[in-house]
Amino acid sequence: MGWFVGLAIWAWLAWACLGNASPLAAQTRPPADYANVQLRDPAQEAQAAALMATLRCLVCQGQSIADSDADMAGDMRALVRRRVAAGESAEEVRDWLIARYGDYVTYDPPVSAVTLPLWLTPLVLLAIGLWIARASFRRRRGHE
Amino acid sequence: MTAEAGLIALWLAAALAAMQFALAGLAIRRGDDAIAAAVRPVAIVQGGLALLAMAALIRVFLASDMSVALVVANSHSAKPWMYKFAGAWGNHEGSMLLWVTILGLAGAAVALLERRVAERTLTATLGAQAFIALGFYAFLLFASNPFARLASPPADGQGLNPLLQDPGLAFHPPTLYAGYVGLSVAFSFAVGALVTRDVGPAFARAMRPWVLAAWVFLTIGITAGSYWAYYELGWGGWWFWDPVENASLMPWLAATALLHSVSVLATRDGLRAWTVMLAVVAFSMSMLGTFLVRSGILTSVHAFAVDPERGTFILVLLALYIGGALALFATRIGLVRAGNTFELVSREGSLVANNLLLSVILGVVLIGTFYPIVAAAMGTQLSVGPPFFEKAAGPIFLVLVAIMAAGPLLRWRRDEAQALVQRMTWPIAAAAFAAAGLVALAGWIGLLPLLALALAAGLAVASVAPLFGRNLRRTPLFVWGMVVAHLGIAVSLAGMAASSAFTKETLVAKGVGEPAGVGPYRITLRGIRPVIGDNWTALEARLEVVRGDAAATLLAPQSRFFSNPPTTTSESAILTAFDGQLYTVLGQPDGTGRWQLRLWWKPWVTLIWFGGALIALGGLLSILGHWLRDRRQKRRLEEAWT
Repeated sequence: MGWFVGLAIWAWLAWACLGNASPLAAQTRPPADYANVQLRDPAQEAQAAALMATLRCLVCQGQSIADSDADMAGDMRALVRRRVAAGESAEEVRDWLIARYGDYVTYDPPVSAVTLPLWLTPLVLLAIGLWIARASFRRRRGHE
Repeated sequence: MTAEAGLIALWLAAALAAMQFALAGLAIRRGDDAIAAAVRPVAIVQGGLALLAMAALIRVFLASDMSVALVVANSHSAKPWMYKFAGAWGNHEGSMLLWVTILGLAGAAVALLERRVAERTLTATLGAQAFIALGFYAFLLFASNPFARLASPPADGQGLNPLLQDPGLAFHPPTLYAGYVGLSVAFSFAVGALVTRDVGPAFARAMRPWVLAAWVFLTIGITAGSYWAYYELGWGGWWFWDPVENASLMPWLAATALLHSVSVLATRDGLRAWTVMLAVVAFSMSMLGTFLVRSGILTSVHAFAVDPERGTFILVLLALYIGGALALFATRIGLVRAGNTFELVSREGSLVANNLLLSVILGVVLIGTFYPIVAAAMGTQLSVGPPFFEKAAGPIFLVLVAIMAAGPLLRWRRDEAQALVQRMTWPIAAAAFAAAGLVALAGWIGLLPLLALALAAGLAVASVAPLFGRNLRRTPLFVWGMVVAHLGIAVSLAGMAASSAFTKETLVAKGVGEPAGVGPYRITLRGIRPVIGDNWTALEARLEVVRGDAAATLLAPQSRFFSNPPTTTSESAILTAFDGQLYTVLGQPDGTGRWQLRLWWKPWVTLIWFGGALIALGGLLSILGHWLRDRRQKRRLEEAWT
């Protein structure tokens, strides 16, 4: 049993050093400020929180930085809060992050030549659907 | 030995599926009743053999037989027995075996119970079902054998992903799979009816319980999965628009449209094309869901043990089934075009609108989910997430809610718009009252939440309106089903809107004895202690929670460490009050003797899942109601004969 516990502790250490969020990792590395602490100003915090919910945690699998335990998500939360506290608007912070990490970082794809079809999807589908439905109603009325 | 027995059972089941398909095809082609009579028993035995294979796999997992590769890769002898049991399907091979097992059992149930449709249509249906099953048996036997042995077994296994080590694993995947597979039966019925040119009310009545049951299972699966993610992931989110969540939402949307459409076909012989098409779409979405989860083509928290080759296999099956069904549909287009007519302002008209808007939402979710792949092919890496889905699907959903409020108050065939407005007086008043009250009490909370809450209030009143002036004891059970399910949508929508508009968040670092506040609660950290579980160790916070003058409650969120495989998870501690939940999570120490605490007050958040339960209950009442009525009609018919 002893070797098993030893192995487990060793594995935990290895895992912690690899950067997984764990109590041990945090003790050796001071947590980034604002990663897990809110801004004093509720209006600024609301702005930052709304933005964080739309930013992708780049090292996670499909989570926003507002929903992730990963260190990188913490760092990004701190960065967003610092910048918002310094007076930048959420739009500016978002643009800065997109310039740095690409469109991949935002869950709210900016309108561009590539994403235009995506944003038009609901309208196009509605138009097609209404056309199908309208045609069928008219035909039905004609039958009567 | 158990593993070999399981493999033999699987091969035999596959052989019987091939036989079932061949017999059904022969019976249809020759019109031979003697051959057709053999199809039902074969289907029943096939289901039994699939169940036997699944039982063998569960036994191998329970015994921790480390000579079986799948057990080594996904289990560990120190795991609690329940996770050994449920771990049998917490992996790729096992979950696919569960798929075919449920598929086989569903086929057996059809063969045992169904007596309403013409025998020829039933034979064709069982043939289609066997054809679907064959593809999955081939997939299991040739590409993902769950019973493969290792030449040199290791001493112990690699363990199960700790996020999956939760009671949720025991019922969440089986529930969703039951829903997916139920839709495969609906698909088989549609194919069977197309083959024998039998698309009409009798076929719809046979298909309806399967659609309803699949829909109930999907509703339960999605609702429970959402609550599981909510308490397990530790950040208070309950829906992430994650590809795999979308994979379960898309079949649900299709099934919702289908069950409304199939009711029109059953009672009015209308919407034939919609019904057949939606049955095909609903099953496509189930297969696509399986493909999404199994292929790992989209990154997701759910994707475990992914393999692109396996994804390709499922995609080929999908193309084969759906392409075949669509080709069949095209040859029968004249048949499905016929059917009873109706006007725009009528019950049918509102149900067409329902089908249309649900299909549009489905299309938005589908395209949004796959768009990152399209964009990657065009050389751009991008993410499509909650903001897109909320903006693109949210407004359409709210329109759908408005139509849903009006629909049940409309008459069949034709109705007057003015009469409808009159019948809608109370719901409209309720919506206006709710909106005014909210603005007066809570101020401006944003357009979408305000609209959603007002519509929820309107829908709540409108959904019970069909009961006004009725003798409640003589109201058929399926009308109650509709009322309860629609009310469930209103309740769930209210919970979603309220929790998104009124959630309070507090993120703080606190030492022992220091208080923090969130919403109506005061929370004090009383200490941190280590805890040892079956296969984990944890740090547990003791949080003293006080609301107003009430007595203190103790909450104990944990930060858990699993050794096989090494992972840390946050176990949230939740206090449920009548008007919402207090959600607490223990974070990391900050190095100066303080601990990170994440605290949320989520008003009315419980309504989301309570609404989901009501929706599922409505489906159950509807199944029961239709069954009772069918039985009564049959008895009346028999009495008329004697």
